Amino acid sequence: MKRKLHELAHCRAGDKGDTLTLALVAYRDEDYALLAERVTAQAVKAHLAHLVRGEVRRYELPGLGALQFVCERALDTGVTTSLALDPHGKTLSYALLGMEIET
Amino acid sequence: MGAANPLAAGRRVLALGRELGLALKVAVLTGDDVLDRLDPKMPTIEAHGAPLGEYGELVSANAYLGAEAIVPALATGADVVITGRVADPSLFVAPLAYAFGWRLDDWERLGRATAIGHLLECAGQLTGGYFAEPGLKDVPNLAHLGFPWCDADAEGNGVLGKVPGTGGALTVRTAKEQLLYEVTDPGAYVTPDVVADFTGVTLCEVEPDRVAVAGARGRARTPTYKVSVGYRAGFVGEGEASYAGPKALERARLAGSIVRERLADELPDLRLELIGVDACHGTDFGHASPPYEVRLRVAARAASRELAERVGAEIWALATNGPAGGGGFRAETRERIGIVSTLLERSRVRPEVTVLEHDRETQAA
Repeated sequence: MKRKLHELAHCRAGDKGDTLTLALVAYRDEDYALLAERVTAQAVKAHLAHLVRGEVRRYELPGLGALQFVCERALDTGVTTSLALDPHGKTLSYALLGMEIET
Repeated sequence: MGAANPLAAGRRVLALGRELGLALKVAVLTGDDVLDRLDPKMPTIEAHGAPLGEYGELVSANAYLGAEAIVPALATGADVVITGRVADPSLFVAPLAYAFGWRLDDWERLGRATAIGHLLECAGQLTGGYFAEPGLKDVPNLAHLGFPWCDADAEGNGVLGKVPGTGGALTVRTAKEQLLYEVTDPGAYVTPDVVADFTGVTLCEVEPDRVAVAGARGRARTPTYKVSVGYRAGFVGEGEASYAGPKALERARLAGSIVRERLADELPDLRLELIGVDACHGTDFGHASPPYEVRLRVAARAASRELAERVGAEIWALATNGPAGGGGFRAETRERIGIVSTLLERSRVRPEVTVLEHDRETQAA
């Protein structure tokens, strides 16, 4: 069965220059293993391929039930020079939560 | 606060104090402005490491100072401390280090205090701000969001809290989102004070709206300060127009294609967005049904103000020459200051504290 990450986790986006961070936090600790297995750096890179021009790194934080994604070259050159309506990429937390995984 | 002109901010605080009948002592920390020490050949720390000079005319450079620079300001006994550019967590690390008499190479304590500082630095973002989603992540009374504080002990462990009687919520979930906010490596969060490691952080709700934080670690700080450098990045022209009702999407797309064709020679890197469809995420991921209304947004970078203004001119032309039923036309042209970062040896930065009192201004030793 396919499920949206939105059902399993919450997310906050952050920015550093042209780098986007996405903190994906499981609502329930027992769902962390499933997220860690399915929401790989490659899967996130594929989901956001039209935005992220650089690499996606993933940091695992099992103690927090969280995965941290760090997406390079994702903000159209950076917050101060981006042409986007949302130059910080702050709305992109919900782009990740719209991603579907097999459960 | 006061990053552009901290001394003027300090004098203003002193004057405000006088108006309120308070004889304040204000300490102002400067020395973050290092524009005169930059060399255009210095490499930036951005992805491809191009030298500063390639970006354009440099107009500002501010080093992120830390606890080492702030503690002497606190030691003057000032009622208010105003700083130039400092790292956000240092605003909390410095008072803890000063109050408990920590050495500034006590990396483990500085690491723990940095976790507390990072959690507090965005205020309401810890206490339910930027968290709510109706039905799934409800937060009570956001219109009166309470800001957080932390009771910290001499080891650097703390219990976070929220002002009683205010709105918002402080929970393990709100704290987890904030702990990872803007962190590009949870095992190596670099500040001027320490390289902090958040991977072992534990968060525990000890009572409603009270969350205990422990388990952060620290190791030796880096030999450099990060410097935020502003440069002239040209101009941006921007314009918007709305379409609503039957075939709104098709009319907005037609308007975009007209503007693109008319500006193709002068501004080939035009950005077109359809607000309500793909503006925020760059796509609708194939899920959207036709929207009832759409707002076209057009933006372009330009070397001159005159060229940037061409975007607005074309948006206004849509009012009479574009598709049917357009409205709500707006256009704006702005100069842009871009920001890049470089690193500067600590020895090349000299923080200074000025104490403002009554009508006296003195340099602290």
